[in-house]
Amino acid sequence: MVMTISTFLRHLREGAKSVFRNGWMSVASITSIIVSLLILGVFTLLVLNVNAFADEADSQVQIKAYLNSDVTEAVRDQIYNDIGSMEEVSKVKLIPKAEGLKDFREKLGEEGKDLLEGYDETTNPIPDTFEVQVIEPTTVPYVASKINALNDKYEEKPIYKVNYGQGTVEKLFKITRAIRNIGFAFVAGLALMAMFLISNTIRVTILARRREIGIMKLVGATNTFIRWPFFVEGALIGLIGSLITVGVLFFSYNELVTSVKSDVTLAIQLVPLQDIGLELGGLLVGLGLLIGIWGSTMSIRKFLKV
Amino acid sequence: MIEMQDVWKTYPNGTHALKGVSVKIDRNEFVYLVGPSGAGKSTFMKLIYREEVPTKGQISVNGFNIGKLKPRKIPYVRRNIGVIFQDFRLLPKLTAYENVAFALEVIEAPKKIIKKRVMEVLDLVGLKNKANRDPSQLSGGEQQRVAIARAIVNNPSVIIADEPTGNLDPETSWGIMQLLDEINFRGTTIVMATHNKEIVNTMRKRVIAIEHGNIVRDQLRGEYGYDY
Repeated sequence: MVMTISTFLRHLREGAKSVFRNGWMSVASITSIIVSLLILGVFTLLVLNVNAFADEADSQVQIKAYLNSDVTEAVRDQIYNDIGSMEEVSKVKLIPKAEGLKDFREKLGEEGKDLLEGYDETTNPIPDTFEVQVIEPTTVPYVASKINALNDKYEEKPIYKVNYGQGTVEKLFKITRAIRNIGFAFVAGLALMAMFLISNTIRVTILARRREIGIMKLVGATNTFIRWPFFVEGALIGLIGSLITVGVLFFSYNELVTSVKSDVTLAIQLVPLQDIGLELGGLLVGLGLLIGIWGSTMSIRKFLKV
Repeated sequence: MIEMQDVWKTYPNGTHALKGVSVKIDRNEFVYLVGPSGAGKSTFMKLIYREEVPTKGQISVNGFNIGKLKPRKIPYVRRNIGVIFQDFRLLPKLTAYENVAFALEVIEAPKKIIKKRVMEVLDLVGLKNKANRDPSQLSGGEQQRVAIARAIVNNPSVIIADEPTGNLDPETSWGIMQLLDEINFRGTTIVMATHNKEIVNTMRKRVIAIEHGNIVRDQLRGEYGYDY
């Protein structure tokens, strides 16, 4: 049966009235929704940022191929071309030994100055190095072995060693996964608690309106008709809770992003809110509604059974 | 109209409220249900408006087999039965008008019809000029009139009244009885449980006496028959 607009408005009105009438019970339910959604939100933001950071670190993973010090320029150029023509490779850069020494000196700074004292052009211990970047981070180990295999073309191995940032990326992903799992466990527990509180709030409404419901049934109201205001009440509690959560979370996250951005000593960048706001907000509001509606449905179902 | 065939009702606690009741009440009848407290009068009436289901036997009301009714269908059967109680059962926060309109709102009647119909029945029960009062501002008799207005507002074919004058003084009670008689005269079947000897013996109608879950007497134009 199609509901008339005036009936629908009546349900909305009754549901909204109930939220106010229940006062502290509603506040408790809304608070529990806020707490669980806020924690979910914080964990989600944490995971998103660690993920983004891992992706970033991942894309920065490069292969370093060190050449032996006695390699001729012709061989060096040939290797350069061989690496450059691999289809997985996006960029190859040669760092000549002189530049390598300079970089190393800079890296060591004042304190390490003595360490490299006495080394010059002819006695340079730093080898020529190729820095190789790949298109797809997962192919790093494969490309590394391919570069190493270039040695087979020569009688004397021109490539001394091939290195890449093995292990660090895997570690980061492990951390992300751990955060995600802990977050899920937390949020599931809190969401359950929120549902329980809401179903209790609605139960109070139902008890308070027992007389009214009895009369409704007596004069022939259908169960659907009786159920609607409670459904609206649950949804409203969920909606209010999730909107407050989204407001608080987004405001503080935005503040955090700005302060991180303005702090030049921090090497990290947070994912900007506009990149994730819509999805995260949608998720939180949807979940809030779900918890609210589920909580209210639970408590009426028992009551309406004749 | 209302027909019971060998109806038994045993409550979960083991009480045998009705023990094989068979009776037939025709359209437009006015029936007093008398008997000691706990004899089964309330159960008899609750079975009619499907507040309870019979343990055994058959009840049909307006052609519906009440015992076999699907829960989904119950509301629609109830729209054809008006119920009145001793304690009025009005909603305290609503005005007289709103209390009556409530019965039409929950069955989703159009607003225009609601207004017209509610004023009509309030006029019938003599409360047209008190439509905007809260129940607390009305006397007991007036509150019962509002309850009656609510019971008849969607034109039911049957009115079930459980001691409608139980909380009222004799004079007010007569007013209510005249109103019920009027409603009956207009074509509504009335089944009324009562302990009021004077009313039963003065306004003579069919009397069904129930004792220990059985019908012990069924007389047209009967009398109360008890000393209390």
